[in-house]
Amino acid sequence: METSRRSFLKAGGLCTLGLASLPAADALAQAALPKVMANPTALVGKKWGMVIDMKKCWEKGKEGCKDCVNACHVTHNVPDIGNVKEEIKWIWQDEYEHAFPGQATHYNEEFIHGKKFILLCNHCTNPPCVRVCPTKATFKRKEDGIVMMDFHRCIGCRFCMAGCPYASRSFNFKEPRPFIKTELNQTFPTRERGVVEKCSFCEERLAKGQIPACVEACKPGALVFGDLEDPKSEVRKLLASHYTIQRKLELGTGPNIFYIV
Amino acid sequence: MKIYNGDKIIPGLIIFLGLITLPLWYNMGKAAPAPEPKLDTPVIQRLAEKQCVLPKGEMRTGHMQLLNDWRTEVVRNGKRVYVSKTGKEFNMSLQNECIRCHSNKSQFCDSCHNYAGLPASTTPYCWTCHIAPKENK
Amino acid sequence: MLERAFSGSDKYYRWMTALLVLMGLGFATYLYQYNQGLTITGMSRDVSWGFYIAQFTFLVGVAASAVMVVLPYYLHNVKVFGRITILGEFLAVAAVTMCLLFIVVDLGKPMRLLNVIIYPTPNSILFWDMIVLNGYLFLNILVGWNVLESERKGVHYPDWVKPLIYTSIPWAVSIHTVTAFLYAGLPGRHYWLTAIMAARFLASAFASGPALLILLAFILRRNTKFDPGRQAIDNLSQIVTYAMLISVFFVGLEFFTAFYSQIPGHMHALQYLFFGLEGHGKLIPFMWTFAILAVVALVLLINPKTRKDDKTLQIACVCVFVSMWLEKGLGLVVAGFIPNPLEQVREYAPTVPELMISLGIWATGFFVLSVLYKMAISVKEEAAS
Repeated sequence: METSRRSFLKAGGLCTLGLASLPAADALAQAALPKVMANPTALVGKKWGMVIDMKKCWEKGKEGCKDCVNACHVTHNVPDIGNVKEEIKWIWQDEYEHAFPGQATHYNEEFIHGKKFILLCNHCTNPPCVRVCPTKATFKRKEDGIVMMDFHRCIGCRFCMAGCPYASRSFNFKEPRPFIKTELNQTFPTRERGVVEKCSFCEERLAKGQIPACVEACKPGALVFGDLEDPKSEVRKLLASHYTIQRKLELGTGPNIFYIV
Repeated sequence: MKIYNGDKIIPGLIIFLGLITLPLWYNMGKAAPAPEPKLDTPVIQRLAEKQCVLPKGEMRTGHMQLLNDWRTEVVRNGKRVYVSKTGKEFNMSLQNECIRCHSNKSQFCDSCHNYAGLPASTTPYCWTCHIAPKENK
Repeated sequence: MLERAFSGSDKYYRWMTALLVLMGLGFATYLYQYNQGLTITGMSRDVSWGFYIAQFTFLVGVAASAVMVVLPYYLHNVKVFGRITILGEFLAVAAVTMCLLFIVVDLGKPMRLLNVIIYPTPNSILFWDMIVLNGYLFLNILVGWNVLESERKGVHYPDWVKPLIYTSIPWAVSIHTVTAFLYAGLPGRHYWLTAIMAARFLASAFASGPALLILLAFILRRNTKFDPGRQAIDNLSQIVTYAMLISVFFVGLEFFTAFYSQIPGHMHALQYLFFGLEGHGKLIPFMWTFAILAVVALVLLINPKTRKDDKTLQIACVCVFVSMWLEKGLGLVVAGFIPNPLEQVREYAPTVPELMISLGIWATGFFVLSVLYKMAISVKEEAAS
């Protein structure tokens, strides 16, 4: 059969393409897992949120108390990098004018001057971090509204960190394990350098029927966790009976952390 | 047939063939014994029914895909309970379930992975995040 | 045609060797970063994007500027640009290559970069950036190569190249609009949350890109037999003038909105850049240099005598390029993060390894540019003889 070199190469290219499509089709074909289900003892909620009663924290909490921060960081093997530049924090404390910039003026500050606020990821209803993630490594779970991190997929582009208006996210600039100063929680993994991390509303604890570590650790009970869509939940009762403020509401992110002041 | 620049092409070809077949002859004569992952951990010995998530053959070839699928179900879909074909329920977790029975990582996981030449720090890099079990040697 | 890049004058070999040395040093430093992590850079939890992304942002503009010669020539038959469209297209190839390299070195997990393709996420602007950048690279390589090869053979380029050329025109605008959207859609960053972000990007791109093109044309004229022609240089310099005027005007618009409204969130970043904020002001000298160079450039460009004089034109182009680089490659990205969302001022400065890697990537870009230009010039010199 007479054929030119050009047509031979064209045919060869098409054949290679055809051969290459088989593994691609294989990868796309979904292998059905036998059966997976949620843990029956899991806490179930449609929209997890938190009400933080700062008054309780200031009035009943001990001076310099960091129970919530320590509980979270120990439970999740969060490293203590030791410098502001690369620190990793899932939950932390900061003053009013930093927690609510734009709200603090010279005179209204006198009431809460120097008082700390507990800051963490707001698990927004309309999260900009999820909107910008190019791989869906951070995503909003439909079942319960938690903004999750998939550490296996994160490429470390840090677009989510640029997108978050609350500075809730931290990046692993270097290997975190040498910096874990507390005893390792053997049931929870650590992370690798190169991925972004943040509060996950303790979803691994919720799956076992436990409330978040920070909520459990707060002795005055200032942190209250619950389902915002359940009118009978404690968070809804608190919201109905107290005035609360939220961070940067004007940005339309729909944060789900409320502060009683 | 005259090969132009033959004095450069032939040696080049020989070097190329040598390099490209490197994996085949580099380890000649250094045959290591086939790996025998050990299943004699205390937890396994105490089990009445010594049954893993999948049969041995399927686990050997498919544990990578299984772990990947488990990760997707746990992290992305929030489902943590796996019901195997035999009806047994497993918690879908490498660190908390698989390792519960197979706590002898160096004699189990590593025995095959080292044999296959997978460097521990890159492939598979489970253990830079998932905490490896403390083994009593 | 590529073999023409392997032979040249002694000066050419020395230039390429110097570039290769810089590329090697940059690569070695990158291996250090790959090994240690991004901790070796100056980036922090607060300023999470730094020098790498700033370079990427600036170079996307340089890449888009190819359209400034392609559009007039192919759409409006401005024949004077005929000889330099290839220079614009090849400059785009080199610039986009640098962009992609800067993105890769900035990633925390570069080995996972294919995740952006395996898990496409249309709501993420970064996904679209990946598509438009790679598409633009592909377009310019295809178009430039085929047009050049046809010139070498002494024939008109094949018909199928024409629709690709037409596509590259809006595509060039899109690469820079999409890159601007990376910044302009983030609710928490007030310095970037401006509707004219994409417009600012395009204006500064159309100033800095053609300015570089003019400088490259002069370098080629001095070292080869290639002459783009007086008319082409004149037209390009007019484009640079208008684009620079618009760019500076846009910066002025930002200043007005910020300082007339007196809204703290709008003012803070500009205050930090030009006057310092809470005692911090590392970027002040750079920003005022930008301002001074911009004024010098405009004075030299608006005055027809200095614009038409080769020496002053080249000085003006250097001023344009450097001032735009300072404003976009340094000021824009860093000031978006300062102050941070908690209104704290945490400064950023690139580290030596970070600069070394960046230098290596710039050298790579110039290497690619030199290879392509050498090829193009050789073909054109042969066609002319």
